Amino acid sequence: MDTAEPSRRDFLYIATGAVAAVGAAAAVWPFVDQMNPDASALAMASTEVDISAVTPGQTITVKWRGKPVFVRNRTKEEMDKLAAMDVKALKDPQSDADRVKKGHESILVVVGVCTHLGCVPLGNAGDHKGWFCPCHGSHYDASGRIHAGPAPLNLPVPPYEFVSDKVVKIG
Amino acid sequence: MSGHSTYTPSNGFTRWIDERLPIIRLSYDSFVAYPTPRNLNYWWTFGGILSMMLMVQLLTGIVLVMHYTPNTLMAFTSVEHIMRDVNWGWLIRYMHANGASMFFIAVYIHILRGLYYGSYKAPREILWILGVVIFLLMMATAFMGYVLPWGQMSFWGATVITNLFSAIPVIGDPIVIWLWGGFSVDNPTLNRFFSLHYLLPFVIVGVVALHVWALHVVGQNNPTGVEIKSEQDTVPFTPYATLKDAFGMSAFLVVFCWFLFYTPNYMGHPDNYIPANPMVTPAHIVPEWYFLPFYAILRSIPDKLGGVIAMFGSIAVLFVLPWLDTSKVKSNAYRPLMKQFFWILVICGLGLGYLGSQPAEGGYVIASRILTAWYFLHFLVITPVLGLVEKPKPVPESITAAVLAKNAAH
Repeated sequence: MDTAEPSRRDFLYIATGAVAAVGAAAAVWPFVDQMNPDASALAMASTEVDISAVTPGQTITVKWRGKPVFVRNRTKEEMDKLAAMDVKALKDPQSDADRVKKGHESILVVVGVCTHLGCVPLGNAGDHKGWFCPCHGSHYDASGRIHAGPAPLNLPVPPYEFVSDKVVKIG
Repeated sequence: MSGHSTYTPSNGFTRWIDERLPIIRLSYDSFVAYPTPRNLNYWWTFGGILSMMLMVQLLTGIVLVMHYTPNTLMAFTSVEHIMRDVNWGWLIRYMHANGASMFFIAVYIHILRGLYYGSYKAPREILWILGVVIFLLMMATAFMGYVLPWGQMSFWGATVITNLFSAIPVIGDPIVIWLWGGFSVDNPTLNRFFSLHYLLPFVIVGVVALHVWALHVVGQNNPTGVEIKSEQDTVPFTPYATLKDAFGMSAFLVVFCWFLFYTPNYMGHPDNYIPANPMVTPAHIVPEWYFLPFYAILRSIPDKLGGVIAMFGSIAVLFVLPWLDTSKVKSNAYRPLMKQFFWILVICGLGLGYLGSQPAEGGYVIASRILTAWYFLHFLVITPVLGLVEKPKPVPESITAAVLAKNAAH
């Protein structure tokens, strides 16, 4: 039978097909979502760090969510050099003041993972004596901002707060 | 091409089987009576060599799994346990690790043979595409296998390669976290890579079956690129191709054994004998040698997304090669210009491989850019244009005519 009018049978076919598609998608989802981080991975979300021993010029590396986080106490000269830079000329323009907490300007907290392909950059290295990624040659300054190389973005600043003058809570 | 079957069951038992599941007939028609061009050279033995290497990898891999522990706390020590304690464990692991490299040596020769003799052209497009699919599956399998020993190179290789997906706008980062099962490469990543590393070789076996099926439908190409025209152009697969393949495999095994017994770590990296440390990246990370040309292409582009696109594009271009080549002549033996460009491409690939092993700085980056540009130029511009402007040498009338002319010259 070949009619131009949609029949009740056409409706039944489409309705059945639609329900089957929804059912199939619902059945696939657990198999996709099982690969996402589970609650135990999400629970490792914060870590507290004592920074009282980090003197100017020093950097410590702490582990947060399985990744290295750099806590760097910048020297006066480093701060002066950063202040003199032309922010607009950067690939990912951001002023140093936007990357630190007020009252703790010398302390920089950044995730130590290169924004290119995830290597851990080396400290006090590269063109700007900030960080240098050995994998593919990205140069960061002492504010963790990208200056040269394939990395598209600055080293990200994780969510953190000063619990006291000595203790930083990351995450 | 397949023609009708010439198999006749020799006794009542095989006749009984043949009437129910004609598996002996299929094997006979495919590997005994199957007509192969009479002029195949040794470059044609690499298909058989690759089948052999796939079997070596499956056998050694299944044995290694009997002793390996896929857990970040124990993976490294379980590999050392295989190397030091397990009976013959050192041999089986070295076979597997060097076998992967030998597999890639063979596949690169196999691909270049296809390029030189125009084996990708009609009617072999699907055969060629299936081959590129196998190549991609091999790369995924090799990459995930390299992660399993959980050394420094394993960990940072996994980090860099999975991060390639973060170049995708908007959904890139969620995809990477999904691949990792966490916020960095960790135990969930190791476990899923182990699962997939075990699965993919069997997928490869399946695609190889399709590859061989397609081959047996369209027939083998040959050094002249002229299709088979009569029975005179062919010899039966057994004993001719069987024995030639066996000789090729034996010669290949000599090279394999040389690496295996004399310098089993030559193609590996010493850093992978350091347990994985998520806090420190080795100063100089490089992938396994067989990924170096693609790594050089990735690094040559000063833009993250652009680099990733160029790297995947360098393989994607192979999928459309059958339609990029406009020449009517298959074999480069009769294409004086393309023959030269073929060898330039080989040198370009080797050059990219060398540059991929060097640090990403100064002159190395500039050289990588030139060679990357040449690679794409070869496929996207030279190949289509040359087919239109080149004047090929006269192609022989038939395979037999070519063979007789060659013998008459001696």
